Amino acid sequence: MKAPIDYLLHLADNALVLGQRNAEWCGHGPILEEDLALANNSLDLIGQARLLYQHAAELINSNASLAQRFAHLQGARQDGRVTEDTLAYFRDTAEFRNHTLMELPHHGPLVGYAVSERDYAVTIARNFLVSALMVLMWDSLRASKDEQLAAIAAKSLKEVRYHLQHAGDWLVRFGDGTEESHRRAQNAIDLLLPYCEAFWHPGPAESAAAQDGTGVDILSLREHWNALVNETLAEATLTRHDQPHPGYIAQGHTGIHSEHLGFLLAEMQSLARAHPTAVW
Amino acid sequence: MSAATEASLQAVSQALAHLTDPEIPVVSLSELGILRAVREGADGVPEVVITPTYSGCPAMGQIADDILVALRDAGLPGRVVTQLAPAWTTDWMSTAAKEKLRAYGIAPPQGGSEPATTPGVLRFSRHAARPASVTCPHCGSRNTTRIAPFGSTACKAQHRCLDCLEPFDHFKPY
Repeated sequence: MKAPIDYLLHLADNALVLGQRNAEWCGHGPILEEDLALANNSLDLIGQARLLYQHAAELINSNASLAQRFAHLQGARQDGRVTEDTLAYFRDTAEFRNHTLMELPHHGPLVGYAVSERDYAVTIARNFLVSALMVLMWDSLRASKDEQLAAIAAKSLKEVRYHLQHAGDWLVRFGDGTEESHRRAQNAIDLLLPYCEAFWHPGPAESAAAQDGTGVDILSLREHWNALVNETLAEATLTRHDQPHPGYIAQGHTGIHSEHLGFLLAEMQSLARAHPTAVW
Repeated sequence: MSAATEASLQAVSQALAHLTDPEIPVVSLSELGILRAVREGADGVPEVVITPTYSGCPAMGQIADDILVALRDAGLPGRVVTQLAPAWTTDWMSTAAKEKLRAYGIAPPQGGSEPATTPGVLRFSRHAARPASVTCPHCGSRNTTRIAPFGSTACKAQHRCLDCLEPFDHFKPY
Protein backbone atom coordinates (compact mmCIF):
# COMPACT_ATOMS: atom_id res chain seq x y z
CA MET A 1 0.00 0.00 0.00
CA LYS A 2 1.24 3.49 -0.85
CA ALA A 3 0.59 6.79 0.90
CA PRO A 4 -1.22 9.52 -1.12
CA ILE A 5 1.22 11.36 -3.37
CA ASP A 6 0.45 14.75 -1.81
CA TYR A 7 1.19 13.37 1.63
CA LEU A 8 4.61 12.11 0.51
CA LEU A 9 5.29 15.47 -1.12
CA HIS A 10 4.19 17.27 2.07
CA LEU A 11 6.72 15.30 4.13
CA ALA A 12 9.44 15.61 1.50
CA ASP A 13 8.90 19.34 0.93
CA ASN A 14 8.99 20.02 4.68
CA ALA A 15 12.38 18.33 4.89
CA LEU A 16 13.82 19.86 1.72
CA VAL A 17 12.72 23.45 2.37
CA LEU A 18 13.94 23.49 5.97
CA GLY A 19 17.15 21.74 4.90
CA GLN A 20 17.76 24.41 2.26
CA ARG A 21 16.97 27.20 4.74
CA ASN A 22 19.31 25.86 7.39
CA ALA A 23 22.05 25.34 4.81
CA GLU A 24 22.24 29.14 4.52
CA TRP A 25 24.33 29.01 7.68
CA CYS A 26 27.02 26.97 5.97
CA GLY A 27 30.11 29.16 6.19
CA HIS A 28 28.21 31.79 8.21
CA GLY A 29 27.57 30.03 11.52
CA PRO A 30 27.90 32.10 14.70
CA ILE A 31 30.64 29.69 15.84
CA LEU A 32 32.43 26.91 13.98
CA GLU A 33 30.69 24.12 15.91
CA GLU A 34 27.25 25.49 15.04
CA ASP A 35 28.26 25.96 11.43
CA LEU A 36 29.02 22.21 11.38
CA ALA A 37 25.86 21.41 13.32
CA LEU A 38 23.56 23.19 10.88
CA ALA A 39 25.32 21.72 7.84
CA ASN A 40 24.85 18.26 9.36
CA ASN A 41 21.24 19.03 10.20
CA SER A 42 20.65 20.02 6.56
CA LEU A 43 22.41 16.91 5.32
CA ASP A 44 20.02 14.75 7.35
CA LEU A 45 16.96 16.70 6.19
CA ILE A 46 17.94 16.68 2.53
CA GLY A 47 18.74 12.97 2.84
CA GLN A 48 15.26 12.34 4.22
CA ALA A 49 13.77 14.46 1.43
CA ARG A 50 15.65 12.41 -1.18
CA LEU A 51 14.28 9.12 0.16
CA LEU A 52 10.76 10.55 0.17
CA TYR A 53 11.04 12.02 -3.35
CA GLN A 54 12.43 8.72 -4.67
CA HIS A 55 9.43 6.97 -3.17
CA ALA A 56 7.06 9.59 -4.61
CA ALA A 57 8.70 9.33 -8.05
CA GLU A 58 8.21 5.57 -8.08
CA LEU A 59 4.57 6.04 -7.21
CA ILE A 60 4.10 8.58 -10.02
CA ASN A 61 5.85 6.37 -12.57
CA SER A 62 3.69 3.38 -11.73
CA ASN A 63 0.33 5.14 -11.89
CA ALA A 64 -1.10 6.44 -15.18
CA SER A 65 -3.28 9.19 -13.73
CA LEU A 66 -0.42 10.48 -11.55
CA ALA A 67 1.94 10.32 -14.53
CA GLN A 68 -0.59 12.50 -16.37
CA ARG A 69 -0.81 14.97 -13.49
CA PHE A 70 2.99 15.40 -13.39
CA ALA A 71 3.45 15.31 -17.18
CA HIS A 72 4.22 19.05 -17.25
CA LEU A 73 7.45 18.38 -15.31
CA GLN A 74 9.99 17.38 -17.93
CA GLY A 75 13.27 18.26 -16.20
CA ALA A 76 15.73 15.70 -14.82
CA ARG A 77 13.78 12.74 -16.17
CA GLN A 78 15.57 9.44 -16.67
CA ASP A 79 14.39 7.42 -19.68
CA GLY A 80 11.25 9.53 -19.57
CA ARG A 81 10.58 8.70 -15.94
CA VAL A 82 10.15 11.20 -13.10
CA THR A 83 13.12 11.26 -10.68
CA GLU A 84 13.71 12.79 -7.24
CA ASP A 85 15.35 15.76 -9.00
CA THR A 86 12.30 16.32 -11.22
CA LEU A 87 10.24 16.83 -8.09
CA ALA A 88 12.77 18.92 -6.17
CA TYR A 89 13.96 21.21 -8.94
CA PHE A 90 11.16 21.58 -11.47
CA ARG A 91 8.01 22.21 -9.46
CA ASP A 92 6.97 25.80 -8.80
CA THR A 93 5.96 27.49 -5.55
CA ALA A 94 2.27 26.61 -5.65
CA GLU A 95 3.10 22.92 -6.11
CA PHE A 96 5.08 22.73 -2.88
CA ARG A 97 3.24 21.31 0.12
CA ASN A 98 5.54 22.29 2.98
CA HIS A 99 4.37 24.17 6.03
CA THR A 100 4.91 27.93 5.76
CA LEU A 101 7.02 27.72 8.94
CA MET A 102 9.78 25.89 7.04
CA GLU A 103 10.26 28.60 4.40
CA LEU A 104 10.39 31.68 6.65
CA PRO A 105 13.74 33.48 6.68
CA HIS A 106 16.00 33.37 9.75
CA HIS A 107 14.56 36.63 11.05
CA GLY A 108 11.33 38.47 11.76
CA PRO A 109 9.78 41.11 9.50
CA LEU A 110 12.26 43.72 8.31
CA VAL A 111 11.49 47.23 7.13
CA GLY A 112 13.34 49.41 4.66
CA TYR A 113 16.04 47.92 2.51
CA ALA A 114 15.90 44.18 3.00
CA VAL A 115 19.38 43.54 4.28
CA SER A 116 19.95 40.07 5.56
CA GLU A 117 19.66 39.93 9.32
CA ARG A 118 19.90 36.26 10.14
CA ASP A 119 19.16 35.68 13.81
CA TYR A 120 20.34 32.38 15.24
CA ALA A 121 17.59 32.48 17.86
CA VAL A 122 15.01 32.19 15.05
CA THR A 123 16.93 29.26 13.54
CA ILE A 124 17.10 27.43 16.86
CA ALA A 125 13.50 28.16 17.83
CA ARG A 126 12.23 26.84 14.49
CA ASN A 127 14.42 23.74 14.60
CA PHE A 128 13.15 23.04 18.08
CA LEU A 129 9.45 23.47 17.21
CA VAL A 130 9.77 21.42 14.02
CA SER A 131 11.92 18.67 15.56
CA ALA A 132 9.45 18.29 18.42
CA LEU A 133 6.75 17.62 15.82
CA MET A 134 8.86 15.38 13.62
CA VAL A 135 10.02 13.16 16.48
CA LEU A 136 6.35 12.40 17.16
CA MET A 137 5.45 12.10 13.46
CA TRP A 138 8.26 9.72 12.53
CA ASP A 139 7.67 7.70 15.69
CA SER A 140 4.03 7.14 14.62
CA LEU A 141 4.84 6.69 10.94
CA ARG A 142 7.00 3.67 11.75
CA ALA A 143 3.64 1.88 11.82
CA SER A 144 2.52 3.26 8.43
CA LYS A 145 0.80 0.80 6.11
CA ASP A 146 3.09 2.16 3.40
CA GLU A 147 6.11 -0.05 4.10
CA GLN A 148 8.63 2.19 2.40
CA LEU A 149 7.35 5.21 4.31
CA ALA A 150 7.61 3.20 7.55
CA ALA A 151 11.24 2.36 6.69
CA ILE A 152 12.03 6.02 5.99
CA ALA A 153 10.36 6.96 9.30
CA ALA A 154 12.49 4.51 11.29
CA LYS A 155 15.67 6.11 9.90
CA SER A 156 14.48 9.68 10.16
CA LEU A 157 13.41 9.25 13.77
CA LYS A 158 16.98 8.51 14.81
CA GLU A 159 18.19 11.67 13.12
CA VAL A 160 15.48 14.03 14.28
CA ARG A 161 15.83 12.95 17.92
CA TYR A 162 19.34 14.30 17.75
CA HIS A 163 18.13 17.53 16.12
CA LEU A 164 15.60 17.97 18.93
CA GLN A 165 18.28 17.56 21.54
CA HIS A 166 20.58 20.02 19.80
CA ALA A 167 17.92 22.70 19.29
CA GLY A 168 16.46 22.17 22.78
CA ASP A 169 19.89 22.62 24.39
CA TRP A 170 20.42 25.90 22.61
CA LEU A 171 16.93 27.19 23.28
CA VAL A 172 17.49 26.73 27.02
CA ARG A 173 20.90 28.34 26.74
CA PHE A 174 19.44 31.35 24.94
CA GLY A 175 16.29 31.67 27.03
CA ASP A 176 18.04 31.20 30.35
CA GLY A 177 21.09 33.16 29.21
CA THR A 178 21.78 36.87 29.00
CA GLU A 179 19.18 39.61 28.80
CA GLU A 180 19.75 39.94 25.06
CA SER A 181 19.70 36.20 24.29
CA HIS A 182 16.51 35.85 26.34
CA ARG A 183 14.83 38.70 24.50
CA ARG A 184 15.80 37.33 21.08
CA ALA A 185 14.71 33.79 21.97
CA GLN A 186 11.37 35.10 23.26
CA ASN A 187 10.88 37.17 20.10
CA ALA A 188 11.68 34.13 17.97
CA ILE A 189 9.19 31.96 19.84
CA ASP A 190 6.54 34.69 19.60
CA LEU A 191 7.20 35.02 15.86
CA LEU A 192 7.10 31.30 15.04
CA LEU A 193 4.58 29.71 17.40
CA PRO A 194 1.54 31.09 15.54
CA TYR A 195 2.75 29.32 12.36
CA CYS A 196 2.73 26.01 14.27
CA GLU A 197 -1.07 26.26 14.50
CA ALA A 198 -1.08 25.04 10.88
CA PHE A 199 0.19 21.65 12.09
CA TRP A 200 -3.25 21.02 13.60
CA HIS A 201 -5.24 21.95 10.50
CA PRO A 202 -4.39 19.07 8.15
CA GLY A 203 -4.92 19.43 4.43
CA PRO A 204 -6.93 16.90 2.38
CA ALA A 205 -3.89 14.66 1.70
CA GLU A 206 -2.98 14.45 5.38
CA SER A 207 -6.56 13.55 6.28
CA ALA A 208 -6.72 10.92 3.54
CA ALA A 209 -3.44 9.38 4.70
CA ALA A 210 -4.63 9.31 8.32
CA GLN A 211 -7.86 7.64 7.11
CA ASP A 212 -6.21 4.81 5.18
CA GLY A 213 -3.50 4.09 7.75
CA THR A 214 -0.53 5.24 5.65
CA GLY A 215 -0.32 8.53 7.54
CA VAL A 216 -0.74 9.70 11.09
CA ASP A 217 -3.70 11.49 12.67
CA ILE A 218 -1.79 14.67 13.42
CA LEU A 219 -4.28 15.83 16.04
CA SER A 220 -3.42 12.79 18.16
CA LEU A 221 0.10 14.21 18.54
CA ARG A 222 -0.95 17.66 19.68
CA GLU A 223 -0.96 16.97 23.40
CA HIS A 224 2.49 15.37 23.30
CA TRP A 225 3.87 18.21 21.22
CA ASN A 226 2.51 20.74 23.70
CA ALA A 227 4.07 18.81 26.57
CA LEU A 228 7.48 18.69 24.85
CA VAL A 229 7.34 22.39 23.95
CA ASN A 230 6.04 23.56 27.32
CA GLU A 231 8.63 21.55 29.24
CA THR A 232 11.55 23.05 27.34
CA LEU A 233 10.13 26.58 27.25
CA ALA A 234 9.68 26.45 31.05
CA GLU A 235 13.28 25.38 31.48
CA ALA A 236 14.34 28.15 29.11
CA THR A 237 12.30 30.69 31.18
CA LEU A 238 10.36 31.55 28.01
CA THR A 239 6.63 32.21 27.81
CA ARG A 240 3.98 31.08 25.34
CA HIS A 241 1.77 33.86 24.03
CA ASP A 242 0.01 31.88 21.32
CA GLN A 243 -3.05 30.68 23.24
CA PRO A 244 -5.73 31.33 22.21
CA HIS A 245 -4.42 31.50 18.65
CA PRO A 246 -4.66 35.07 17.37
CA GLY A 247 -6.01 34.57 13.86
CA TYR A 248 -4.71 33.65 10.43
CA ILE A 249 -3.64 30.05 10.01
CA ALA A 250 -0.77 29.54 7.58
CA GLN A 251 -1.67 27.53 4.46
CA GLY A 252 1.67 26.40 3.03
CA HIS A 253 0.74 22.74 3.25
CA THR A 254 -2.14 23.33 0.85
CA GLY A 255 0.08 25.21 -1.62
CA ILE A 256 -0.61 28.80 -0.55
CA HIS A 257 2.78 30.08 0.57
CA SER A 258 4.38 33.19 1.99
CA GLU A 259 6.40 35.46 -0.29
CA HIS A 260 9.60 33.81 0.95
CA LEU A 261 9.32 30.40 -0.71
CA GLY A 262 9.72 31.74 -4.25
CA PHE A 263 13.09 33.31 -3.45
CA LEU A 264 14.28 30.17 -1.71
CA LEU A 265 13.28 27.99 -4.67
CA ALA A 266 14.77 30.42 -7.18
CA GLU A 267 18.14 30.06 -5.49
CA MET A 268 17.86 26.29 -5.01
CA GLN A 269 16.51 25.46 -8.46
CA SER A 270 18.35 27.90 -10.72
CA LEU A 271 21.33 25.66 -11.45
CA ALA A 272 19.27 22.59 -12.28
CA ARG A 273 16.97 24.65 -14.52
CA ALA A 274 19.79 26.47 -16.31
CA HIS A 275 21.57 23.16 -17.02
CA PRO A 276 18.81 20.57 -17.05
CA THR A 277 21.00 17.82 -18.48
CA ALA A 278 24.06 18.50 -16.31
CA VAL A 279 25.71 15.49 -14.68
CA TRP A 280 28.37 15.54 -12.00
CA MET B 1 19.82 -22.74 -4.47
CA SER B 2 22.11 -24.71 -6.74
CA ALA B 3 25.75 -25.31 -5.84
CA ALA B 4 26.81 -23.23 -8.85
CA THR B 5 24.73 -20.25 -7.67
CA GLU B 6 26.08 -20.60 -4.17
CA ALA B 7 29.63 -20.59 -5.53
CA SER B 8 29.01 -17.48 -7.63
CA LEU B 9 27.50 -15.59 -4.67
CA GLN B 10 30.49 -16.70 -2.61
CA ALA B 11 32.80 -15.27 -5.27
CA VAL B 12 30.93 -11.94 -5.14
CA SER B 13 31.23 -11.81 -1.35
CA GLN B 14 34.94 -12.50 -1.60
CA ALA B 15 35.44 -9.80 -4.22
CA LEU B 16 33.83 -7.27 -1.85
CA ALA B 17 35.52 -8.38 1.37
CA HIS B 18 38.31 -5.81 1.13
CA LEU B 19 36.01 -2.79 0.61
CA THR B 20 35.90 -0.21 3.41
CA ASP B 21 33.97 2.94 4.19
CA PRO B 22 35.70 5.75 2.23
CA GLU B 23 35.78 7.94 5.37
CA ILE B 24 36.92 5.17 7.74
CA PRO B 25 39.35 3.00 5.76
CA VAL B 26 39.97 0.52 8.59
CA VAL B 27 36.55 -1.12 8.86
CA SER B 28 35.00 -3.24 6.14
CA LEU B 29 31.53 -2.57 4.76
CA SER B 30 30.15 -5.75 6.29
CA GLU B 31 31.73 -5.02 9.70
CA LEU B 32 30.03 -1.62 9.62
CA GLY B 33 26.71 -3.25 8.78
CA ILE B 34 26.37 -1.34 5.48
CA LEU B 35 26.77 -4.47 3.32
CA ARG B 36 23.74 -6.51 4.34
CA ALA B 37 23.62 -9.44 1.95
CA VAL B 38 24.68 -10.94 -1.35
CA ARG B 39 21.76 -12.77 -2.93
CA GLU B 40 20.43 -14.03 -6.22
CA GLY B 41 18.15 -11.58 -8.03
CA ALA B 42 14.90 -12.64 -9.70
CA ASP B 43 16.71 -12.75 -13.07
CA GLY B 44 19.62 -14.79 -11.69
CA VAL B 45 22.04 -11.85 -11.48
CA PRO B 46 23.71 -11.48 -8.05
CA GLU B 47 22.43 -8.56 -5.98
CA VAL B 48 24.56 -6.77 -3.40
CA VAL B 49 22.24 -5.33 -0.75
CA ILE B 50 23.45 -2.21 1.05
CA THR B 51 21.70 -0.05 3.62
CA PRO B 52 22.46 3.65 4.14
CA THR B 53 23.84 4.82 7.47
CA TYR B 54 22.46 8.36 7.81
CA SER B 55 19.73 9.32 5.30
CA GLY B 56 21.98 11.94 3.74
CA CYS B 57 25.34 10.18 4.05
CA PRO B 58 27.29 11.36 0.96
CA ALA B 59 29.54 8.28 1.11
CA MET B 60 26.72 5.99 -0.04
CA GLY B 61 27.16 6.91 -3.71
CA GLN B 62 30.90 6.24 -3.44
CA ILE B 63 30.27 2.92 -1.70
CA ALA B 64 27.89 1.77 -4.44
CA ASP B 65 30.47 2.79 -7.07
CA ASP B 66 33.25 0.96 -5.20
CA ILE B 67 31.17 -2.21 -5.18
CA LEU B 68 30.49 -2.04 -8.91
CA VAL B 69 34.18 -1.40 -9.65
CA ALA B 70 35.26 -4.33 -7.44
CA LEU B 71 32.83 -6.61 -9.25
CA ARG B 72 33.99 -5.43 -12.65
CA ASP B 73 37.65 -5.90 -11.70
CA ALA B 74 36.87 -9.44 -10.61
CA GLY B 75 34.95 -10.05 -13.83
CA LEU B 76 31.75 -10.81 -11.96
CA PRO B 77 28.20 -9.78 -12.84
CA GLY B 78 26.09 -8.04 -10.19
CA ARG B 79 24.14 -4.97 -9.21
CA VAL B 80 23.65 -2.89 -6.07
CA VAL B 81 20.28 -2.77 -4.31
CA THR B 82 19.59 -0.23 -1.56
CA GLN B 83 17.33 -1.36 1.25
CA LEU B 84 16.14 0.85 4.11
CA ALA B 85 14.50 -1.63 6.49
CA PRO B 86 15.57 -2.67 9.02
CA ALA B 87 17.13 0.74 9.65
CA TRP B 88 20.89 0.68 10.03
CA THR B 89 22.10 0.86 13.62
CA THR B 90 25.50 1.03 15.26
CA ASP B 91 24.36 -1.91 17.41
CA TRP B 92 25.26 -4.14 14.42
CA MET B 93 28.94 -3.23 14.67
CA SER B 94 31.03 -6.17 15.86
CA THR B 95 33.38 -5.95 18.85
CA ALA B 96 36.31 -6.45 16.49
CA ALA B 97 35.14 -3.56 14.32
CA LYS B 98 34.79 -1.33 17.39
CA GLU B 99 38.34 -2.16 18.41
CA LYS B 100 39.59 -1.27 14.89
CA LEU B 101 37.82 2.08 15.14
CA ARG B 102 39.38 2.76 18.53
CA ALA B 103 42.87 1.86 17.27
CA TYR B 104 42.27 4.28 14.34
CA GLY B 105 41.55 7.08 16.85
CA ILE B 106 37.74 7.14 16.69
CA ALA B 107 35.89 6.32 19.91
CA PRO B 108 33.43 3.55 18.95
CA PRO B 109 29.70 4.04 19.63
CA GLN B 110 29.08 3.87 23.35
CA GLY B 111 25.58 3.37 24.72
CA GLY B 112 22.70 1.75 22.84
CA SER B 113 21.05 3.35 19.84
CA GLU B 114 17.65 3.54 21.56
CA PRO B 115 17.07 5.91 24.49
CA ALA B 116 17.25 3.62 27.52
CA THR B 117 14.63 5.36 29.64
CA THR B 118 10.90 4.81 30.07
CA PRO B 119 8.76 4.22 26.99
CA GLY B 120 6.55 6.93 25.54
CA VAL B 121 7.58 9.93 23.56
CA LEU B 122 8.73 12.06 26.47
CA ARG B 123 11.79 9.84 26.75
CA PHE B 124 13.29 12.13 24.13
CA SER B 125 13.54 14.96 26.62
CA ARG B 126 16.98 16.43 26.68
CA HIS B 127 18.11 15.20 30.06
CA ALA B 128 17.16 11.60 29.43
CA ALA B 129 19.11 11.69 26.19
CA ARG B 130 22.28 13.20 27.65
CA PRO B 131 25.11 10.81 26.79
CA ALA B 132 27.41 9.33 29.42
CA SER B 133 31.07 10.27 29.08
CA VAL B 134 32.91 8.59 26.22
CA THR B 135 36.17 6.70 26.72
CA CYS B 136 39.21 8.35 25.11
CA PRO B 137 40.51 6.16 22.25
CA HIS B 138 44.08 7.33 22.88
CA CYS B 139 44.67 6.91 26.63
CA GLY B 140 41.54 5.07 27.80
CA SER B 141 40.48 7.78 30.26
CA ARG B 142 36.78 8.34 30.90
CA ASN B 143 37.49 11.90 31.95
CA THR B 144 36.35 13.40 28.64
CA THR B 145 34.00 16.11 27.48
CA ARG B 146 31.97 16.74 24.34
CA ILE B 147 33.13 19.73 22.34
CA ALA B 148 30.36 19.60 19.74
CA PRO B 149 27.46 17.26 18.97
CA PHE B 150 28.32 17.23 15.25
CA GLY B 151 31.60 16.64 13.48
CA SER B 152 33.37 16.07 10.19
CA THR B 153 30.88 13.45 8.98
CA ALA B 154 27.23 12.77 9.78
CA CYS B 155 28.12 9.80 12.00
CA LYS B 156 30.58 11.53 14.32
CA ALA B 157 30.68 14.04 17.20
CA GLN B 158 33.72 15.84 18.58
CA HIS B 159 35.05 15.13 22.06
CA ARG B 160 38.19 15.96 24.02
CA CYS B 161 40.12 14.05 26.66
CA LEU B 162 40.72 16.03 29.83
CA ASP B 163 43.64 13.79 30.83
CA CYS B 164 45.75 13.41 27.67
CA LEU B 165 44.19 16.61 26.25
CA GLU B 166 43.78 15.10 22.77
CA PRO B 167 40.64 15.85 20.77
CA PHE B 168 38.93 12.84 19.18
CA ASP B 169 35.88 11.81 17.18
CA HIS B 170 33.10 9.73 18.70
CA PHE B 171 31.10 7.48 16.37
CA LYS B 172 27.61 8.39 17.59
CA PRO B 173 25.20 5.62 18.61
CA TYR B 174 22.49 5.57 15.92
